[in-house]
Amino acid sequence: MKSGRFSFSLFFYLIFLIIPIYWLINMSFQTTAEIRSSFSLLPLKPTLYNYRIIFSDPTWYMSYVNAVIYVSLNTVIALAVALPAAYAFSRYRFYGDRQMFFWFLASRMIPPAILLVPFVHLFSELELIDTYIAVAIAHCLFNVPIAIWILEGFISAIPRELDETARIDGYSGFRFFTRILLPQLAPGIGVTAFFCFMFSWIELLLSNGLTTIDVKPVGAVMGRAGGLLGGMQIGLLSAASVLTLIPGILLVFFVRRHIARGLSLGQVK
Amino acid sequence: MPKSKNNRAWLMIMPALILILICAAIPLITMVNYSVQDVFAGDQFVWVGTHWFESILASGDFWSSLGRSLLYSAIVLLIEIPLGIYIALKIPRSEFIAGVCILLMAIPLLTPWIVVGFTWKVLVDPQSGLFGVWAASMGFNWDLNHPLIAWLTIIVMDVWHWSSLIALLCYAGLKSIPFEHYQAARIDGASRFGLFRYVELPRLHRVLLVASLLRFMDSFMVYIEPYVVTRGGPGTATTFLSLDLVQTASIQFDLGEAGAMSVIYFLIVLSVCWALYKVMMQADSQHRVSS
Repeated sequence: MKSGRFSFSLFFYLIFLIIPIYWLINMSFQTTAEIRSSFSLLPLKPTLYNYRIIFSDPTWYMSYVNAVIYVSLNTVIALAVALPAAYAFSRYRFYGDRQMFFWFLASRMIPPAILLVPFVHLFSELELIDTYIAVAIAHCLFNVPIAIWILEGFISAIPRELDETARIDGYSGFRFFTRILLPQLAPGIGVTAFFCFMFSWIELLLSNGLTTIDVKPVGAVMGRAGGLLGGMQIGLLSAASVLTLIPGILLVFFVRRHIARGLSLGQVK
Repeated sequence: MPKSKNNRAWLMIMPALILILICAAIPLITMVNYSVQDVFAGDQFVWVGTHWFESILASGDFWSSLGRSLLYSAIVLLIEIPLGIYIALKIPRSEFIAGVCILLMAIPLLTPWIVVGFTWKVLVDPQSGLFGVWAASMGFNWDLNHPLIAWLTIIVMDVWHWSSLIALLCYAGLKSIPFEHYQAARIDGASRFGLFRYVELPRLHRVLLVASLLRFMDSFMVYIEPYVVTRGGPGTATTFLSLDLVQTASIQFDLGEAGAMSVIYFLIVLSVCWALYKVMMQADSQHRVSS
C-alpha cells in the first residue's frame, strides 16, 4: 500500500455508499405528501412528524427493543458455544476434526428460506413461537459457524506456548479461559460479536416467520406498515429505516480500532 | 509446536454441535422427510417416493429460477471481488482517514435487508427518487417493469450493500503484510502489478476464501432485497430460487414440493462451496509449503 495519496476512485466509491443513506435521511424529514409532490435535495419544510409517530407508538418503538434483545441474546449464545469449539479446533487434533470443521461451515450454507417451515413447526412444538429465544436460536444457524471460523483464526494466532506456561502456573480449565485466554482474545471477540450482530440484525425472513405479535422485529413492522411495496408511507418508513442504522453505527464506532486486525481473521505476520 | 492429539476435545465442541443439530440438522431432516411425501389437509402424509424430485427436475420453472440464481451470484461475485480488492488497495495508511473509511463502509453492511430494498426502491423512483430523477433528466427512464433495468437495479443494490465486506476483509489482509516485504520488493525493482501479484495477492488467500464463500452463499440465497424491489418481476425475470421456494412452501403450502426443492437447493450450495473450499485450501497449503 502506498501511503497517504488521495484516491479519486476511493472517494467516488464512498460517495456512492453515502448517497442512498443521505437520501433516506432527507426523506425521513419530509411528509409523504411532500416527497410525492416535489423533488428536492434538502427537505424544504423539515418536520419531525415521522419520528414523532415512531416514538409515540409502542408497536414501532418496541420493535427496535425486540430486535436489539434477540440480536444480543443471539450474539451471547453464539460466542458462548463457539469459544470452546474454536479453541478445540485450533489446539487439538481429534477424531474427525477436519470433517467437523467443514460440517459446521456447511450449516452456514443452508439457505434460511428452506428452513423456515420446519423451524415454525419445531418451535411451535416447543411452544417457543413469538419468543426472543426462538429467534436467537434460529439465528445461531448462521452465526455459530461464523463465530467458530473467526475465533479459530484468532486463537491460532496466539502462541501455543502461552497455554503451556499458564498450565505450569496452575491455571487450568475454566480459569484458564477466563483469566488468560479471554483478555488475549478481546479484539477477536469484539470482531466476532460485530459479525454476529450484523448477520442477525439484518436478517428478516426467520425473525419475521418466528414471531407473531409480542416480539416482532422492526423490519417486520416496516413490512406490515403496509405500503412498503406500494410506497404509501415513504416518509414514515424512511424515518424507521434511519433509526435501524443507529445501533450498527454505534457498534462499528466501538470496534473500529480492532476491526482491521479482526477482519484478517487473526492472520499474523 | 504441533497440535496435540486429544479426543476429549469433542467435549468442547459439544455445545456448538448440539445447537447446530437443533437449528440445522433437525429442520433439514424434517425437510427431507417432507420431500418424499404429499400432504393433504395439513396433517395427512402420504408416501410418494421420488415423485416431487422427478416433477421438479422436469419443470422448466425450476431450471430457469436456478439459472437466474446462478447468473446473479456469478455477476455479483465478478463485480464485487475485484472492486473490493481495488478499494482495499486504495484505503490510505493514515489511521484517522482509514478509520473514517471503515466506518462509512460498514454502514451498508449493517443495514437490514428490508431497509436496503426499500431504500433502492424509492431511490430509483422516476418521480421522486434521486437516481430515478437524475436518470430521467438524462433521458433514461428507470422503469422497473423492464427486465434488464430490474436486473441492473438489484445488482447495483447488491454491489452497494456488499462490496464493502470484501474491501474490509482485503484491507485487513493487506494490513497484516510486514513492511519489510514491500521494502524487499522495492529493492528487487518490482512494478506496481508485480507487487500486487507476488506480495499482496498471496497474503489475501485466506480472506478471499472467506469473502467468496460468504458472498456466494448469501447471493445465492438472496431473498428479501429483490422481493422488496421487484417482487420477482417483471413476470418472473427476477424470481430467484429462494423466492420460488418461499412461494411454494409458505404461500401455496406445498410442503412436499418445497421439501424436494430445498434438498436440491441445499445440495447445489453445498457442492459449490465444497469445491471452492477445496480449491482454496489446496492453494493455501501450497502457498505455505513454498513460503
